[in-house]
Amino acid sequence: MQDRGRSVVRWVDRRIGRTNGLLMGAVPILLLVLLYLFFAAERHAINPADKILPLPGAMVDAMRALVLERDPLSGRYLFWADTLASLQRLGLGLAISTASALLVGLVLGLLPPVRATFGMLVTGIAVIPPIALLPILFIAFGLGETAKVALIVIGIAPFMIRDIAAHTAELPREQIVKAQTLGASTWQLMLRVVLPQAMPRLFQAVRLALGPAWVFLISAEAIAADIGLGYRIFLVRRYLAMDVILPYVAWIAILAALTDILLAWSSRRLFGWAHRSAA
Amino acid sequence: MSSFLSLRDVWVEYGDKIVLERVNLEIDEGAFVSIIGPSGAGKSSLLRVVLGQDAPSRGRIELDGMPLEPQCDSNRGVVFQRYSVFPHMTVLENTLFGLECAQAPFTARLFGAARRAAVAEAKDMLHAVGLGDNGSLYPAQMSGGMQQRLALAQALVKRPRILLLDEPFGALDPGIRSDMHRLITDLWNAYSLTVIMVTHDIGEAFSLGNRVLTLDKLRHDPHAPNRYGASVVYDLPLTRKDPPRGAAELPAARSTRKGKNNSITIDKIDNT
Ligand SMILES: Nc1ncnc2c1ncn2[C@@H]1O[C@H](COP(=O)(O)OP(=O)(O)OP(=O)(O)O)[C@@H](O)[C@H]1O
Ligand SMILES: [Mg+2]
Repeated sequence: MQDRGRSVVRWVDRRIGRTNGLLMGAVPILLLVLLYLFFAAERHAINPADKILPLPGAMVDAMRALVLERDPLSGRYLFWADTLASLQRLGLGLAISTASALLVGLVLGLLPPVRATFGMLVTGIAVIPPIALLPILFIAFGLGETAKVALIVIGIAPFMIRDIAAHTAELPREQIVKAQTLGASTWQLMLRVVLPQAMPRLFQAVRLALGPAWVFLISAEAIAADIGLGYRIFLVRRYLAMDVILPYVAWIAILAALTDILLAWSSRRLFGWAHRSAA
Repeated sequence: MSSFLSLRDVWVEYGDKIVLERVNLEIDEGAFVSIIGPSGAGKSSLLRVVLGQDAPSRGRIELDGMPLEPQCDSNRGVVFQRYSVFPHMTVLENTLFGLECAQAPFTARLFGAARRAAVAEAKDMLHAVGLGDNGSLYPAQMSGGMQQRLALAQALVKRPRILLLDEPFGALDPGIRSDMHRLITDLWNAYSLTVIMVTHDIGEAFSLGNRVLTLDKLRHDPHAPNRYGASVVYDLPLTRKDPPRGAAELPAARSTRKGKNNSITIDKIDNT
């Protein structure tokens, strides 16, 4: 206990390098894959025709048709068409939510009269389970793209707005007063002081919203769509086609993870000042 | 006849809590007024009404005979104990901001020749506070003392008529603090400032100010502590100190530490 020179570093104090971090992160994923292979092999030893836990070979075969071959009916590469359709809906939903979070969130957070007028409304919308609104959306917008995008927006925009508003309202009063003593108008204050400081938080909010956004996308596609990753999964479920479902789920995970990494990286690149304080 | 800044029968109340009552003050141009008093006496509240951040519940505040609007503007500069600088701007951008607000109402950014002129002005100001070589740093990369220097530069570049300081050195180490004392005295002289400074450090109040005010409750009702507010109980002019005339007049006793610009190297943040 006393020889601090070579004492064991406490777990909270341990620093993990980049390569080590990647290796350590890969271990649990590898373990899960191994565990899956073990159980799959076990089931196949008992019943070679098992469909519940397909072996990698079966998945590759099933996916090859979707990835590399045109669908005889529609003439499309289904896997890529599904991906494109889903990403379009997701991107549009995220873009609309992000823009409204920024606009409404800033105004709500900075201007007390606006907060008094609309704060309750936003909170009220935020607590409605969005899936409960899905029938209304389908009735209002039909079964097309609008309803799916709208579900994503209704699902994530309110809590993004509330997050940005709360973050803005937490700006130290001193900063606002200081800016005013430097001659800043409300507009200048918004543009140069509040908005730039909300940006890192906005990126953070988008990262957190990615998970729910995928949930709402898949739900909407499951219920009414003729293309999309969620549509495909729920379609092939009827044939117990785990050899398609599992690769699709993995692909969704990869897409989501890549988006998250990209956002984290851009935030660090764009807003270095916000990520330096831990020095 | 009225003086530079005058408070007439100013009251500050929050709900039914009376914080300040019957504050009457006449402050001359070029004065350095220190305000001391127990915690909760209402020092910051007094500063806030002079700043325009809060309106007094009763009474009048006049600057040069004109009533002061209860709204912050560039007549009055301020430095708080913390959060006085913008974390997302570099040192230079922080200092430029006030100039940009005045000259570019819509974009709050300057370009071309106007920007070059503003940058030159901001850099002069940064040199005056000893941050000449740190224009590209962000506040998080600087020590507390450097951040307060920046906050001063940022305020002074607007040439405010009154500079309000709320415990500006309260969070600093003693060594850094005495550097800052010399700096604020230099600036007070060089720019002929009118300064009102709240502090908890009585030594600081007397060594820097040429007038020391003490805020406290005159009456106290033990059953209703909110019943009476604080007021000015002592008002001490320190005649040994002249109002600003020139930087050469600095009393030597205050400059206890060695040469200029040595604080910057002492307190670099170590980035581990
Ligand atoms: N916005 C507010 N609403 C209600 N009460 C307040 C408000 N601001 C200050 N007060 C009260 O006014 C009194 C004086 O506060 P103030 O901050 O001016 O004291 P202070 O002298 O600056 O104290 P300190 O030395 O601790 O900074 C305190 O009792 C505080 O609780
Ligand atoms: Mg105070």
